Amino acid sequence: MENLRLLLDEPLLSLQLLLDGVLIGFVFALPALGMALVWGVMGLINVVQGELVMLGGYVAFFLFRAGVHPLFGVPAAALCLFVLGWALYRAVVFRIVERDLFISILATFGLSILLQQLANLLFGANLRTVESGFGTLSLCGGAISVYTVKLISCALALATAGALMLFLKSSRRGQAIRASAQNARAARVIGVDIDRVYAWTFALNAAVCGAAGALVAMIWVVHPYLGLPYTIRSFMIVIAAGLGNMAGVLIAALGVGVAENFAGFVLGAEYQSAFVFALLVAFLVARSRWLARHRRYLA
Amino acid sequence: MAHRIASSVAIAAVAFCAVRAEAADDSVVLGAAVSLTGKYAVNGKNTKDGYDLAVERINEMGGVQIARKTYKLSIVYYDDESTPARGAQLAERLISQDGVKFMLGAYGSGLTKAMAPITEKYKVPHVEANAAARELFTQGYRYLFAVLSTSDYYLRDALGIAVEIAKSHGRDPATFRIAMAFENDPFSLDIRAGVLEDAGRYGMRVVVDDKLPPEINDMSATLTKVKALRPDVLLVSGHEKGATLVVRQTAEMKVDVPLVATTQCDSAQIAENMPQKAEGVLCAAQWDRHLSYRDKWFGTAEEYAQRFERKFKYPTPYQAAESTAAVLVYADAFERAGSLDPEKVRDAIAATDLNTIFGPIKFDATGKNVAKQMVMYQVQKGAYRVVAPARWAESPIEWPRKPQW
Repeated sequence: MENLRLLLDEPLLSLQLLLDGVLIGFVFALPALGMALVWGVMGLINVVQGELVMLGGYVAFFLFRAGVHPLFGVPAAALCLFVLGWALYRAVVFRIVERDLFISILATFGLSILLQQLANLLFGANLRTVESGFGTLSLCGGAISVYTVKLISCALALATAGALMLFLKSSRRGQAIRASAQNARAARVIGVDIDRVYAWTFALNAAVCGAAGALVAMIWVVHPYLGLPYTIRSFMIVIAAGLGNMAGVLIAALGVGVAENFAGFVLGAEYQSAFVFALLVAFLVARSRWLARHRRYLA
Repeated sequence: MAHRIASSVAIAAVAFCAVRAEAADDSVVLGAAVSLTGKYAVNGKNTKDGYDLAVERINEMGGVQIARKTYKLSIVYYDDESTPARGAQLAERLISQDGVKFMLGAYGSGLTKAMAPITEKYKVPHVEANAAARELFTQGYRYLFAVLSTSDYYLRDALGIAVEIAKSHGRDPATFRIAMAFENDPFSLDIRAGVLEDAGRYGMRVVVDDKLPPEINDMSATLTKVKALRPDVLLVSGHEKGATLVVRQTAEMKVDVPLVATTQCDSAQIAENMPQKAEGVLCAAQWDRHLSYRDKWFGTAEEYAQRFERKFKYPTPYQAAESTAAVLVYADAFERAGSLDPEKVRDAIAATDLNTIFGPIKFDATGKNVAKQMVMYQVQKGAYRVVAPARWAESPIEWPRKPQW
């Protein structure tokens, strides 16, 4: 209660939390967009999402250590992960597309454990950080501080998401992806190489996650076990937004970011995740009620 | 066919020998489950390296003399994957399948808590160096011994420092306000209990008391609160992640608290990775290479650290030094017991009065080491300098912290 009073007494704090929440929401949005894409197009719940984020973070870290400016880490991580995503599709994922949902969850879960442990073996469990060297902006006489990297990462996340949507909307390959999402069989009939489309989709998802990972490395820390919270968050965001609703995913991600920040402030860090999950449950119950009423109305 | 049978017999023989070799006549086998994978993998490796260095050094010096016979030491390891359930399984396996009669500890209180009942059941001595939770020593365990200070002592010294500062600046310590964020695990919650006890004694008020979930990657919500409330002391414990996050995010969010103390910053390498952001941060540690501890195996603490670095090529963390000490306790106890009977060795361990590179070791009736003190570092100009206890201090404490951001 004391925290709540503090929040009400100092409106600038709310602004700070809101700002932070929105900015980190953009970082959450990237893997969620990727998950929505893979889920929508391939009917696959990709549990390996968080590990792709983690690997993107490592790409950024190693480039940074080699003396490359951290900002270049973002496209570089996206590129590396694109290749890895393609390879993963060709090696494993193509076997489980169009199979039972349970099998795909199990298989990608296995893959996520494998990648975690490989990362642990290859890179060690040490925490890694990328020091961007950017400062902090102080607003309102220091009452509000915005870490510049968060601003930059928000811009980069928007750019990545924008590029993804543009690609899906206007490129030939993007159209094929959307066609496959609508009806895979019909797309196949009119000559779309579904297998190739799936490979592209999975690789694109990996690239988007990789970009997110590079941002995570600049803002927080990277270690082999950071994946799960990102996977779960993405899952939650996609569930809340509904499939095939990219703008919804973005908004839900920002919502999760803001909710996490406020919950952490008011309830304490230990209830941060619990609160967000409770919110999801409440949201789903409300939505299904609303839908049920609509259905009755239509009938 | 005959060839195939011969080869399978050979394989079986090799496998058999491999198992029996561990119990060969002239060696004493210690068993350990350590975290080589999972979230404690960094500290797990520190632990294993510490054990290995001790074994190597003891064997290099001829081994241990038990009843006029010389034995070499060796260790059987398993990876506990940082999960307590797995640790308990492995303890069972080490004792009942591999025939280990002397156990070394795992990394972390959670794991040790799971393994102690098993070593107790089989009456196997269990000397551990990396589990500091206080509750381990309130269960009446007879076979569990810890060479390190229990975790409620980790950050008490930070409050002690705050009290001294308050007095020397003419302020009443009771006006100091504390913000704290501790990970929700037995280790950090114990530190919290110790801090709360002392804060109560000094009359200090706790204004932020957050418990960080183990998977936390972002402390900004907690730190926003800290920034708004302007406490005099900020205490954080959450293994390497807590240390890294608090250093990084207090700098980025410009949270200026005059006294910031945390744990595990040497293994998180905050001064090496973020010298500017870490400037002025206090770190609690079990041990430091500059302390004037010495023993017959390694010489001084500094010589130990140099030897460690030659072998493992990274700065010596205290987790390694304390792990080495656990093996030294065994070596000393074996010689005094003059026997490999677990019960006699257990009694010899209980009577330990030993100086090691890790500090003096003497167990109380509950099995914890009561002879050793914690040390406090401060990051000063990018290096860790011991600032407390006063007896070992390399330089005076810098207060208030002068942030470099």
